Amino acid sequence: MSGDYVNLLADLKEDEVLALTKKRLDAKEDPMKILEDSRKGMEVVGSRFAGGEYFLPELVFSGELLKQINELVKPHLKGAVTQKKIGKVVIGTVAGDIHDIGLNIVDFMLDVNGFEVTNLGVDVPIEKFIKAVKDTKTTILGLSGFLTPAFDAMKETVEALEKEGLRKNLKIMIGGGQMDDDVRKYAKADAYGKDAMAAVALSKKWIGAA
Amino acid sequence: MEKAWAELSPEEKREERFKKWLSPPGVTFASPQAEKLYKERVTRFIKAFTLKEPDRVPCILPSMGLYAATYAGTNLATVMYDFDEMKRAWRKVLHDFDADTYVPPVLVPPGPPLELMDYKLYKWPGHGLGKNVLSYQAVESEWMKPEEYDHLIRDPSDFWLRVYMPRVFGALKGFNQLSPFTSFEEIVTGNFLPFANPEVQAGLNSLMKAGMETMKWMAAVGEVAVEAMAMGFPGVMSALAKAPFDTLGDTLRGTQGIMMDMFQRPDKVHAAMERIAPIAIATAINSVNTAAAPIVMMPLHKGADTFMSVKQYETFYWPSFRKVVMAFVNEGITPVLFAEGSYNKRLDIIGDFPKGTVAWYFDQTDIFKAKEKIGDRCCIMGNVPTSLMMTGTPQQVKEHCRKLIEGCGKGGGYVLAGGATVDEGNPENMRAMMAAAKEYGVYK
Repeated sequence: MSGDYVNLLADLKEDEVLALTKKRLDAKEDPMKILEDSRKGMEVVGSRFAGGEYFLPELVFSGELLKQINELVKPHLKGAVTQKKIGKVVIGTVAGDIHDIGLNIVDFMLDVNGFEVTNLGVDVPIEKFIKAVKDTKTTILGLSGFLTPAFDAMKETVEALEKEGLRKNLKIMIGGGQMDDDVRKYAKADAYGKDAMAAVALSKKWIGAA
Repeated sequence: MEKAWAELSPEEKREERFKKWLSPPGVTFASPQAEKLYKERVTRFIKAFTLKEPDRVPCILPSMGLYAATYAGTNLATVMYDFDEMKRAWRKVLHDFDADTYVPPVLVPPGPPLELMDYKLYKWPGHGLGKNVLSYQAVESEWMKPEEYDHLIRDPSDFWLRVYMPRVFGALKGFNQLSPFTSFEEIVTGNFLPFANPEVQAGLNSLMKAGMETMKWMAAVGEVAVEAMAMGFPGVMSALAKAPFDTLGDTLRGTQGIMMDMFQRPDKVHAAMERIAPIAIATAINSVNTAAAPIVMMPLHKGADTFMSVKQYETFYWPSFRKVVMAFVNEGITPVLFAEGSYNKRLDIIGDFPKGTVAWYFDQTDIFKAKEKIGDRCCIMGNVPTSLMMTGTPQQVKEHCRKLIEGCGKGGGYVLAGGATVDEGNPENMRAMMAAAKEYGVYK
């Protein structure tokens, strides 16, 4: 049953996977088992995305399916669910830029891959990044930006972290619209990632999980 | 005249439009030399667009966006409100770079009317963004709800007037109380009633004021454009149009929304694009008819490699987009298709146009591959990387341009251009790019 369930979610069969979720809940199955299966399904989605079989529409749609499943399961859960997290990542779109599509997809993919993500949102001032790095003690920071003014905002953010003495134990990745390896050098970040799965791969590498 | 035009073939229409571009009615050139330069520049573009060898590779500097503002030492927040400053900045670019074209600040919208209308689709410096931010930015949202597809499909104008506009213009929120304008009753007094409503009246007042404010801006934009033309610098785009999928995805449903719709209501997506296409076509043709350059620029967004698969592109993006492009081609207008992001996986699809009728303007695509795959049918434009223009040295820029010219310029059909637009950065990089076109781009 759970193999089917994983596949239905991975194949994005909306009606079937939701019907099966209800059926399993009605059969008093452990809701945690359903969540575990949906996590596995999302892993398949992620690897299909990384393999070039799935694209953004599939990612977005799978996210919606997961949301619907969670809503169905939630009333059946006893107490808070604490999933074990493999590492922490702070992400945000740099000051002066309000684009969040890529940012939210990175958030989502890091989350389903087991990271504890602190998403600071868009147009994030430098001080807010500094505070979040201090508060969370993260070792990974992701800077997002779509537009060319983000080049300087990224550079200034990295420099400010250096000045605060926070740079040494911190890996910084950048991504979005007009970013590339030239911008990575310009901003003095550690890596440029071309999509959400690159963010996952980099983060896993940096925590030593890949 | 009207009938004669309708009877012309697309090729004849293109000829006519090019002739008008070469000798624009009502333009007084500053000198015979200016007129000569104007004709040389236009001829350079026409030859490149139609896959012939011009005297040299034409160049469009990536300064068409907001670059002039920073170059002239001011900023976007200022030029959106102070039109004298706007004129000063664009004049400075016009005079300082010996370019092949002049791009007026049509991509710099006037602040006052947008503020008057309480426009919510965009944020700009001082209005949702910090004063020093160098760009205005779209606010993605579900501006059209999924259940509203049917209204859009049944009557786009009615949907726009009574649902969309009240949502994106705070000043027009009362318009959701209007009754449909298209009424088949003969004595339509019922339609007058909503105009007694103070909220509706306030909306109409705002519109009138916004109209007056926009006139001031138009006059300022027009003033420098006329000067540029008189000096011999042609414009290269007269209208903007979008792919129907982008209108749905950017303007109406948002990225998240449109991607859900591809799975949950694909038929509605297709039906809506069918309705959007003829409106996009008519709007752009009208604009081109009032201008000199027979060029429509199409900035493309959500069809890029990373946004969807090849199959999704072929299903959802390409058919209605091609239909719009072909409508321009058949009217003798040259569409410049600006492929933002990369289109490496689309190269087997996107060359399907009559030879020498469209130009593909690439941002991050492998342009040499593009030249090889579609260069025999389409003009190729691009793609000096924005990052290089902003962070590189003039030598690096010039060298990169040389490679582009050598690889893509062969046999004509190439325009040297940036990737995306550059909003700030070393002006010497712009000069290096122009110098490269002049030094390496000459056809012998």
